[in-house]
Amino acid sequence: MKAQVIVRLKDGVLDPQGEAVNRALIGLGYDTISSVRQGKLIELELDETDPVQAETKLKNMCEKLLANTVIENYTIDIAK
Amino acid sequence: MKAGVVVFPGSNCDRDLADSFQRFGASVQLIWHKESSLPSGLDIIGVPGGFSFGDYLRCGAIAANSPICRSLITFGESGGYILGICNGFQILTETGLLPGALIQNNGLKFLGKTVDLRVETTDSVFTYRYRKNQLIAVPIAHHEGNYTVAEDDLAVLRDQDRVAFSYSNNPNGSVDDIAGILSSNRRILGMMPHPERAVDALTGVPDCQPFFAGLVAGLLSD
Repeated sequence: MKAQVIVRLKDGVLDPQGEAVNRALIGLGYDTISSVRQGKLIELELDETDPVQAETKLKNMCEKLLANTVIENYTIDIAK
Repeated sequence: MKAGVVVFPGSNCDRDLADSFQRFGASVQLIWHKESSLPSGLDIIGVPGGFSFGDYLRCGAIAANSPICRSLITFGESGGYILGICNGFQILTETGLLPGALIQNNGLKFLGKTVDLRVETTDSVFTYRYRKNQLIAVPIAHHEGNYTVAEDDLAVLRDQDRVAFSYSNNPNGSVDDIAGILSSNRRILGMMPHPERAVDALTGVPDCQPFFAGLVAGLLSD
């Protein structure tokens, strides 16, 4: 079973990388961009057949390691 | 006084920290991260600077989940003294022993220079030999030193006088110029600047001699 975890900075947490990318894009002439936020995509392969169990495990992984919930949110997407 | 210094793959300030404890009279034991239990009788544990596990995922995230950190958390939660410097501070926030998180410097650059810190509280074993508001020169060397914390947690830090040091000229965007914070029992200090690089005039500045001299003396009498 394959899964994707997307980790994003929470709203309001400063994202200096996103701002730098934003400025670079504006420099390229894309001047209609008002905001860029950069996150992480983590792809996992699990030896798991039950999607409910997989989701529970992935949630624990996010809480314990993959995301820092002080500054980040995460979403889990399990490939059907 | 017996100090332990935890060593992760990628730690690079462990020996400097051990030397700083030693030169003021502590005996020091280095502790490899794969150890699951701590040596007995430690008065304080130092979590040193560096780039543990290559800063993969997030600075300090993988170190915070290593076997020794489970013992470190228990040690801290049962009233043990802990000093986390730079990457060590990042690790302490990742374990939840200290609130908040360290994100990228607002200028996106790695900063390596000596800066002025203001001593915000003298009410800790780490800072009692300074005067409140005293300025001390201490080196910084970090890319993710921008301290951020939820607003209500920040209010608690302020109310409980738990900001240990602040930057007199904020280099990295840290909220409220915060450079170092204490736990609620005042026994755990996390700070981005490097006091262990400020103990000998020969290698820079001596402004953290009172930090380590006071720490060793304070823990001897504790």
